[in-house]
Amino acid sequence: MAITITIPTALRQYAGNNATVALEADTVGALLHGLVEQYPTLGKHIFDGGKLRSFVNVYVGDEDIRYLQGEATPLKDGETVSIIPAIAGGM
Amino acid sequence: MAPPVLSNEEIRRYSRHLIMPEVGMAGQRRLKQGSVLLIGTGGLGSPLALYLAAAGVGHIGLVDFDVVDESNLQRQIVHGTSTVGLAKTESARRRLHDLNPLVEVTTYETPITSANALDLMRPYDIIIDGTDNFPTRYLTNDAAVMLGKPNVYGSIFRFEGQVTVFSPKDGGPCYRCLYPEPPPPGLVPSCAEGGVLGVLPGVIGTLQATEAIKLLTGIGEPLIGRLLLYDALEMRFRELKLRRNVNCPVCGDHPTVTELIDYEQFCGIVPEVQTLSSQYEITPVELAALLETPERPFLLDVRNSYEVEIASIEGTDLLIPVDQLPEQINKLDSSVEIVVYCRSGARSGQAVEMLKAAGFRKVKNLVGGVLRWSDEVDPTMAKY
Repeated sequence: MAITITIPTALRQYAGNNATVALEADTVGALLHGLVEQYPTLGKHIFDGGKLRSFVNVYVGDEDIRYLQGEATPLKDGETVSIIPAIAGGM
Repeated sequence: MAPPVLSNEEIRRYSRHLIMPEVGMAGQRRLKQGSVLLIGTGGLGSPLALYLAAAGVGHIGLVDFDVVDESNLQRQIVHGTSTVGLAKTESARRRLHDLNPLVEVTTYETPITSANALDLMRPYDIIIDGTDNFPTRYLTNDAAVMLGKPNVYGSIFRFEGQVTVFSPKDGGPCYRCLYPEPPPPGLVPSCAEGGVLGVLPGVIGTLQATEAIKLLTGIGEPLIGRLLLYDALEMRFRELKLRRNVNCPVCGDHPTVTELIDYEQFCGIVPEVQTLSSQYEITPVELAALLETPERPFLLDVRNSYEVEIASIEGTDLLIPVDQLPEQINKLDSSVEIVVYCRSGARSGQAVEMLKAAGFRKVKNLVGGVLRWSDEVDPTMAKY
């Protein structure tokens, strides 16, 4: 099942400068671990000791996985998963 | 209190608003009655201040403690070449007065802190977050929630922006519902380190101004419970759902944070970080002298390749961007003296720590980086 992951600007340098990456996975957790396997340096920016970092939000479509089933959230073919980290710039 | 009436001068000035039924006389009078506090008069604050003043928002407060610098003018359009060196609040006040002398502008030349935040915000209807760091964003959020005021949030990085309206009193979420905890220091680069497309804060700040004007006039659908994302490179807007977290420590059903805290500490910022002892540091003048001797050290640049084109220290032996240092550490010889440099000394400081952890002992950080090198050794070198 091909899922499109959108990579935010801040993390693209750790994901081969790609804005999107397509991977096969049936849950959000499997998808993110597959992504980190492909781009190991991305790992520490998303995970902290195997847990998703609290300033990195993950959405399936427009819904936050914290309000779905977290990393166990099932994925359907063609869905888009977005990684949205906190950014603070403004000046 | 009924909104104030408009003078004939105001009617002439705001006629393009008045002839639209959605704003009209009633909406324009609400704008005149309205007040907005802008935290930060920089990239986001510039278009915000300009459009809110132009629109006739009756009272605008500006909080900033910075001074206008040449490097601000690539994006901070409320300031100008003639106000370089002036306090940003005063620079902005002058421009706003020229744009619209009919609105009242109050300036606060001070950092916003846990001690003054509630007093600064209390007189205003709407708070707008245009700051550039996590401690101030959490502080602004918590204070706005405690006072029951909407917080029009915008933030930017390089080519990407986020906008939303936090308003728990209207049933919406707050910033802590979106991001319960801040990132540890150093993991998320700031605009000063990561750069920003100059027009990006123009887009995001203008969206924030739109939301503030909608809230004051009471028209349209506010951006509450929705996070708007903008990607300038892809030229794409997207919208994500935001929910109020019932367990949120600030706006949840049973709040545990009921007064302002130490936000530097909350964000893991330790004051006066002294990670390197002087044994692992070298000043630009010391390095310049050393480079003239036969025992010249190995000079390692840990910036990105595009920065080398802007400015570089002559005699640099090797470039390894700090992110790639762990993989390329085998290119370095721990038996020779190594001096590491970057733009400001921050990344090279991290690199020195990495090298020390890998067993290197003859390694030094060029304190102040290329910027201080330009000040003290080679004034012809460009600063960026």
